[in-house]
Amino acid sequence: MNTEIPLSEAKPGQTLRINRLELDGTMRRRLLDLGFIPGADVHILRKSPLGDPVALRVSNTTIALRVEESSRIFGEVLGE
Amino acid sequence: MKYPSKEMPYRIALAGNPNTGKSTLFNTLTGLRQHTGNWPGKTVLCAEGEYRFQEKNYTVVDLPGTYSLYSNSADEEVARDYILFEQPDVTIVVLDATSLERNLNLALQVLEMSDRVVICLNMIDEAIRKGIRIHDQKLSSKLGVPVVKTSARDGKGINELKKIVTRVAEGRIQTRPYRIRYSEKIEEKIQSIQSQIENIFGDQLPSRWIALRLLDGERSMLNALKKRIPKEGAPDGANLKSPYPVEA
Repeated sequence: MNTEIPLSEAKPGQTLRINRLELDGTMRRRLLDLGFIPGADVHILRKSPLGDPVALRVSNTTIALRVEESSRIFGEVLGE
Repeated sequence: MKYPSKEMPYRIALAGNPNTGKSTLFNTLTGLRQHTGNWPGKTVLCAEGEYRFQEKNYTVVDLPGTYSLYSNSADEEVARDYILFEQPDVTIVVLDATSLERNLNLALQVLEMSDRVVICLNMIDEAIRKGIRIHDQKLSSKLGVPVVKTSARDGKGINELKKIVTRVAEGRIQTRPYRIRYSEKIEEKIQSIQSQIENIFGDQLPSRWIALRLLDGERSMLNALKKRIPKEGAPDGANLKSPYPVEA
């Protein structure tokens, strides 16, 4: 059984399927617009030396997120 | 006007995500007949140009490339306000055919706020190279608006696009844009707000769409509306003359 983790805890090379976003307002809207929607797969490309921000691949585009946001996006790691 | 014509040109808006070849399409449509201008009160540049097709003149506005019309960046506000308040005769939504899932987000937003929309599947040559096949007829019947495949870079499909735009502008193609149906609870709220908006603005603005934005708590929408409350709509204002020239 897969367990839900925040996107910020996924490791480079892993793919996370999004379950939910614990965010409100403009930031929630922004992330939804960029393709961070429930059911979408996010591939973790690489992390900065200090772990923040993280480069992600979602819906055919590379996007960098800070821990501030990525820690509020939850999903399950695929293929484990 | 540059052309020997007494008619008002049709006004066409180009909307689309960044990097969809929107500006290439704009250049292909307008050639050298274009200039850029600052939108009032905003530091966002919009290019405007003209073309002539089948004896008619068209003014094309290249709106800023955006992923959405809801996130309140200056770019998105300019694009949103243009479609909402300037009400172009046709809005062409330019989609990157290689990345439809992402691009359709904006398309659905535009379909919710305007009836006269044409979907342009641009970079179709690249999609074919990548083995992506798009059933344009099916997409068209699902979205309720015409879908045209183009490759602006080498001019493919441009003539077809102009033909379709003409027919939509002239009302010869009746569109039935896809509108999302929300949960019963949300639909109820939409209706109650919608009727209040219609009381103030009549049918000048897409009341359903505005109701949705207000339900979403979008303050910039509220501010944009307040500036546009019709003067004649004010109490006892039937004979009041606006101190400003009112736009038709």
